Amino acid sequence: MAIRVKGLWKYFDHFPAIRGLDVELELGRFLTVFGPNGAGKTTLIRVLSTQIQPSQGEVEVGGCVLPGQAYRLRRHVGVISHNTYLYPNLTARENLTFFGRMYRVPDLGDRIKTLLEEVGLSGRRDDLVRTYSRGMQQRLSIARALLHDPDIMFLDEPYTGLDQHASRMLRDVLKTLHTGERTLVMTTHNIEQGLEMCDEVAIQVRGRLVFRENVGAIDRAGFEQTYFDHVGKDFRWDS
Amino acid sequence: MGFLSQAWVIARKDIIGELRTRETVLSMLLFGFLVILIFNFGIEPGLREENLVKPGVLWAAFTFAGILGLNRSFIAEKENDCLQGLLLCPVDRSVIYLGKFFGNFIFTLSMGLVVFLFFSVLYNVNLVQVALPLGAILVLTTIGFTAVGTLFSAVSVGLKTRDVILSILLIPVMVPVVLAAAKSSGRVLDGDSLAGAGLWLALLVVYDVIFLTVAIMLFDYAVEE
Repeated sequence: MAIRVKGLWKYFDHFPAIRGLDVELELGRFLTVFGPNGAGKTTLIRVLSTQIQPSQGEVEVGGCVLPGQAYRLRRHVGVISHNTYLYPNLTARENLTFFGRMYRVPDLGDRIKTLLEEVGLSGRRDDLVRTYSRGMQQRLSIARALLHDPDIMFLDEPYTGLDQHASRMLRDVLKTLHTGERTLVMTTHNIEQGLEMCDEVAIQVRGRLVFRENVGAIDRAGFEQTYFDHVGKDFRWDS
Repeated sequence: MGFLSQAWVIARKDIIGELRTRETVLSMLLFGFLVILIFNFGIEPGLREENLVKPGVLWAAFTFAGILGLNRSFIAEKENDCLQGLLLCPVDRSVIYLGKFFGNFIFTLSMGLVVFLFFSVLYNVNLVQVALPLGAILVLTTIGFTAVGTLFSAVSVGLKTRDVILSILLIPVMVPVVLAAAKSSGRVLDGDSLAGAGLWLALLVVYDVIFLTVAIMLFDYAVEE
């Protein structure tokens, strides 16, 4: 089992962003979590990727119990978020070199060269990241997340702010990542993009998973209605 | 790659970024100059007590300019949520603290050296005679200042009122360091040797060791959520 979460609660001050959430995911599977703003999707990703500690409940990711074994897990986890985690005053190559050294990536020079070619940025490797478009920054953030070849990838609204071209490139990269050996968890608002490659879907509302199904068992055309049935009319504006 | 070399990777990243923008060191220098200049206008030339005032002017300029730099230390990490990217790296939190500390130490020390130079010109100090002892005091003071400042900068970076909060947190804790620096440099400027300021120097060393250790231990809590 890649992810096992039981009775997870996460409070910010007294506000519970996650309320008794349970989820399990087998190795190599791709889970997409849908949900409106404020459902706690980002909080879930941040807990699973060791960025914040759970307030209550059992969380095990990649065989590591959190928060105690967070340090060991970090080597095996990659995160792509709508925030790129890139330093704007460094070049693409300097950013990747920095993170590669932090992850102690072997043969770093070759790895960086390969990844920059894969995301189509090798021609601008020595340009400062602050001169990149949003789409280019997101492509570089994909390279950053893949530097250490993680076993588990967390993607938090990765399509946010991307144009058609960059979205297509991200889809292509996700296809190459979804080989059956790597476990992926993605959160998104966008039903079409979310359903495209995943094996399992879940809907998160007000800190709980209220729907979970294999993608093969759902009616893709009717999933939007299923989503609204679970989310409720209050959230229709948010789709 | 060892503990210290990974910390150096973080410091190096900060130095490269600073060399590109020059935002931190330049603003610190300018502020330090202005503080010394304003005090220079305020102090009557030939005043008998001028020698008593000089160290206070020097370390007031150093402290205020240094706080300006520390304020910027973690702001760079907030852009694009880089701090989260850093915290996701499989390194101990103390490595991140030490990396940021090394960077802040280098920036603050650079500012201190130039401010000393400017101070020596305006206040007629023969730097050749006092360069070594003043340099030693500057290094010891900068270690204590940036050890505490780096921790408080991490604590305050997420707050809207971070500029004010950092000053409010830092200045009271810095009192022993500034006091020891002013007293020991006062002795040196009066022509004494470093040995004459032995107790104050000992206070600086003890402060540096204690607060560097405490800051390393507390940094994990400072950056958590």
